[in-house]
Amino acid sequence: MADDYKGYRGKAKDTLIEHKVRVWSDVVIDSTRGEFIGIILPRSETADDKHIVVKLRTGYNVGLAVDTIKRIKEMSYKEAIYKIPEKEFPYDPKKPNVKLLGTGGTIASRLDYRTGAVIPAFSPGELYGSVPELADICNLNTEKLYGVFSENMGPDQWRGTAEAIGKEIKKGIDGIVIGHGTDTMHHTAAILSFMVQNSPVPIVMVGSQRSSDRPSSDAALNLMHATKTAAESDIAEVMVCMFGPTSDEYGLLHRGTRVRKMHSSYRSTFRTIGDIPLALVDNDKITPLKTDYNHRRKDKKVTINTAFEEKVSIVYYYPNMKPDIIESLIDHDYKGIIIAGTGLGHVNKPLYEPIKRACKKGIAVYMTVQTLWGYVQMYVYDTGRDLMDMGIVPAANMLPEVAYVKLGWVLGQTKNLEKVKKMMLTPIAGEITTREPYDGYLIYQGGLPEITEFLKKHNR
Amino acid sequence: MVKKFGELTDKEYEKLGFKCGLEIHQQLFTKEKLFCHCPAGRYTNEYDAEILRHMRPTLSELGVYDGTALMEFKTKKNILYRLNHETACTYEFDDTPPFPLNDEALDIALEIAILLKCNLVSELHIARKQYLDGSIPTGFQRTTIVGIEGTIPYKNRKIQIRQLGLEEDACREISDKGHLRIYKTDRLGMPLIETVTYPDMKNPREAAEVAQIIRRLTRVTGKVRTGIGATRQDVNVSITGGTRIEIKGVSRIPLIPELVHNEAMRQKALLEIKAELKKRKLSEKSYKIKTLNISNLLKNTTYDPIQKVIKKDLLVNALLLPKFKNILSYPTQPEQTFENEISDRVRVIACLNTLPNIISSETKNKNLSQKEWKTISAKLSAQSTDAIIIVWGDKQDSETAIKEIEIRIKEAMEGIPSETRQALANNTTGFERILPGPNRMYPDTDLPPISVSPQRIKKIMSGIPEFPWDREKRYRQMNLPQDTIIPLITSKYSTLFDKIVKNLKIDPVLTAATIIQKFKHLKREGININNIPQPEIYKMFEAYKNRKFAKELIPVLLEKMPSTTFEKAFKSLKIKSVNIKQLQSEIKDSYAKHKKTLYKPKKKENIKLRTERFLMGKLMHKLVGAIDGKIINTELKKLLPVLIKQK
Repeated sequence: MADDYKGYRGKAKDTLIEHKVRVWSDVVIDSTRGEFIGIILPRSETADDKHIVVKLRTGYNVGLAVDTIKRIKEMSYKEAIYKIPEKEFPYDPKKPNVKLLGTGGTIASRLDYRTGAVIPAFSPGELYGSVPELADICNLNTEKLYGVFSENMGPDQWRGTAEAIGKEIKKGIDGIVIGHGTDTMHHTAAILSFMVQNSPVPIVMVGSQRSSDRPSSDAALNLMHATKTAAESDIAEVMVCMFGPTSDEYGLLHRGTRVRKMHSSYRSTFRTIGDIPLALVDNDKITPLKTDYNHRRKDKKVTINTAFEEKVSIVYYYPNMKPDIIESLIDHDYKGIIIAGTGLGHVNKPLYEPIKRACKKGIAVYMTVQTLWGYVQMYVYDTGRDLMDMGIVPAANMLPEVAYVKLGWVLGQTKNLEKVKKMMLTPIAGEITTREPYDGYLIYQGGLPEITEFLKKHNR
Repeated sequence: MVKKFGELTDKEYEKLGFKCGLEIHQQLFTKEKLFCHCPAGRYTNEYDAEILRHMRPTLSELGVYDGTALMEFKTKKNILYRLNHETACTYEFDDTPPFPLNDEALDIALEIAILLKCNLVSELHIARKQYLDGSIPTGFQRTTIVGIEGTIPYKNRKIQIRQLGLEEDACREISDKGHLRIYKTDRLGMPLIETVTYPDMKNPREAAEVAQIIRRLTRVTGKVRTGIGATRQDVNVSITGGTRIEIKGVSRIPLIPELVHNEAMRQKALLEIKAELKKRKLSEKSYKIKTLNISNLLKNTTYDPIQKVIKKDLLVNALLLPKFKNILSYPTQPEQTFENEISDRVRVIACLNTLPNIISSETKNKNLSQKEWKTISAKLSAQSTDAIIIVWGDKQDSETAIKEIEIRIKEAMEGIPSETRQALANNTTGFERILPGPNRMYPDTDLPPISVSPQRIKKIMSGIPEFPWDREKRYRQMNLPQDTIIPLITSKYSTLFDKIVKNLKIDPVLTAATIIQKFKHLKREGININNIPQPEIYKMFEAYKNRKFAKELIPVLLEKMPSTTFEKAFKSLKIKSVNIKQLQSEIKDSYAKHKKTLYKPKKKENIKLRTERFLMGKLMHKLVGAIDGKIINTELKKLLPVLIKQK
């Protein structure tokens, strides 16, 4: 069986074969560095072929170089199966029904010997086994749509998820939770905000920044917050529900079109950009922070529109960018380009020519800002006016990633540039706002006396 | 009955089946922490921010929950971490994945693994060892095995080493009250090695002696930290029929013997209790405990702890333990009975940590009135052979406490529960948590394995220090002062000592006395000897060897050297060195100058001695520091008879 040597190749695999042992053999290994007793473990495929991994009696793993091994003697065979204990999720007719759609991520996960990393594990029973508190909130049903890391989410998965949501709403579900890897959660949140319109129930995206296989994981609390939001919240929109502060205190509900992952590893990585979050959620209650949201309805009506044109790109401008970047998009038949420009929305002169060509060819070119916060304003400087003359359309305060998925969605429906422009600039799900509140841009800076005092007083 | 420490002979320990193993934790002397770039060894009580976390148990690699983890989860603690800007970064509070393992730390760990004669691992796999008490914000300690199966010589036998691990140190606890535990994060993440022995020690004294040997072995490298908390011992104890109990965090080696003795006696007592319960035909499978809410019965009690609780509207519960008479009052440790075992569990697991947290029908201290006990007894329909425990707290904590008491009572019928216990001030121990097993290990998926190349080992081997026992033998042969030998073996100056003695051929006794006694003396006077770079100390000895100054000046120079170089310190003394010829003419001059005023004794034989003493004083005053007093004396003794004769 191939699994007998799981992950081993080359010299390491030959050594196992030569000594007539396999993965999960309980062995005594005699080596030039002494004797080692333990169980042979599978090896990560990305690791080298020079070592054999053994779990010692103390629970520790060690790697033994194959060229130090003299003899291996098998004593017995003990296969281990890593499995989260499954318990049947209880049903209570008085509780709201929530559907958890899984796309992947580490919200529920287990160890993958193939890569040595963690892979998603997912079933109501497994979730109940690890987060029994969920049963106090709702009746939970799950469906695994995909099992991918979030960077592998794309148009196919977006469409599939939107359709699955539509089906659940039509069946009368009280709320939907979507388990998702965090890296591209904001892309998916944005596209779902466009593909699923007029939802009568909350659609809550959730993930974890620390995989659920560690005791300090944010997974359990995020999951509790998200299911509570799906079950009880009055906000019938696509939202991201993740940690507010890094402390285990409360979650924030971010509008799907205004949210962005802002730190590669912090728990409180998701922030609402250019506005304040929709609401706060903890184990006791949901506290709205905004009032202008879509309210929960009793009907089962929803519009699902999964159009998507894939030939759209984001160009992140940098000084000295060469024209060939834009030219190659034109030559490869791209239909839409989102530029993340500097400051109020600028690029350098050498790009003028190719941009002109792109617009002339009928490619939809939109300007956003790489400052993330603030509006595009192309009248202030000549550069902006020149660019608009060529046909670039300023996209107000749409975030670059949001503009990207929206343009794909719009171009999937029409290629008429006038119609595209009208649709792009008419906000559908809060992706463009007419006002930026004074507290929509708050990044407190460490070191300042007032912030130091704040941090000492509050667990953030 | 419980025998006191010192009352048992080695033979008696042997008869008990006493076995003891050690886990010695030693901080390594590195610039940075093990998995991030924060400075190591900077301690502070100041903090800039606090973070709140909770811990949840997760599965081990082999798909099992660890008992300790489940126990800690029951305590439902809020855990606060205090962060200081200088000593912790986002890694410490688990918001940034680990940086690559500190190479400096790994080299030191390998060096010590070699000294312990361990089989070296060729590829390190970082594991996560679960700690749900919150002492590490991730909920696990990153740890890795560097070597296994080593040995150290002890008496005429060998003590076996199970393994040497390299791991990150945990937080320091500030407080633990009710459901809130507070930690500071300065020590968190510092590199630490853990040396684990087999249970090869056969009596309490041996445990301390072996701990001492291991401590010295790590210190000969000169690359480990010393001082308060830099070395911590966990001690495992068992007796025949008993079980392995781990006593955690013994700060000083001399405490070990009495602690392990008391633990052995506790196990013996628990086995006696088990036998007694068996005699009474009680079994954990069928034993039933009746619980009754007695808040109303005690409404008007004058017993202070319960009165307070009643005022706060909390619950008071009574538990009826059938056929349990005289068990709760059975002595287990000095000043402690089985009732303490139960109180401990209630304290730790139900977080009822204001003592007393329980009382019983066998509690000696004054508590409820006779009448109150009678009423309770009647309500529970208690028989004369039964015992009653009373516990109080809020609803949730009371429930946890009642469950926990039941668990501990039933464990008494099985024998000795596997526990980690903390060392207490009076050399007894208290329950800390259920002893964790191998099920709390999980591979660290954040870091790839690290290969330890033969070249790396070869390089470390080339600089390996001498074994402490070899060093000791050598120093004894040099006739060093008794009190300098042991400190010098583990001193960071021991290499410098050898260099001075070997290269400069300076008297080893003088060198050892300077490095150990003088340094200690000066440190006590507040001189920061640690600030003097070793090469400067060497320069000083070199100058002394070249007769630039007298040995009397060594402390004077050392006093100045923490803030300057040897060269500058020496110049500032404005010493003119004196050679033998110059000394001889000084002696002649001095004699000539003073001869007329010299005392004229009546008895001739006294003249020489008196004159010698007088002149010695004068010469020392003039030449102090320029040449050794001993040399002055020798020359004076040689010259004086000649001068006297000359008249």
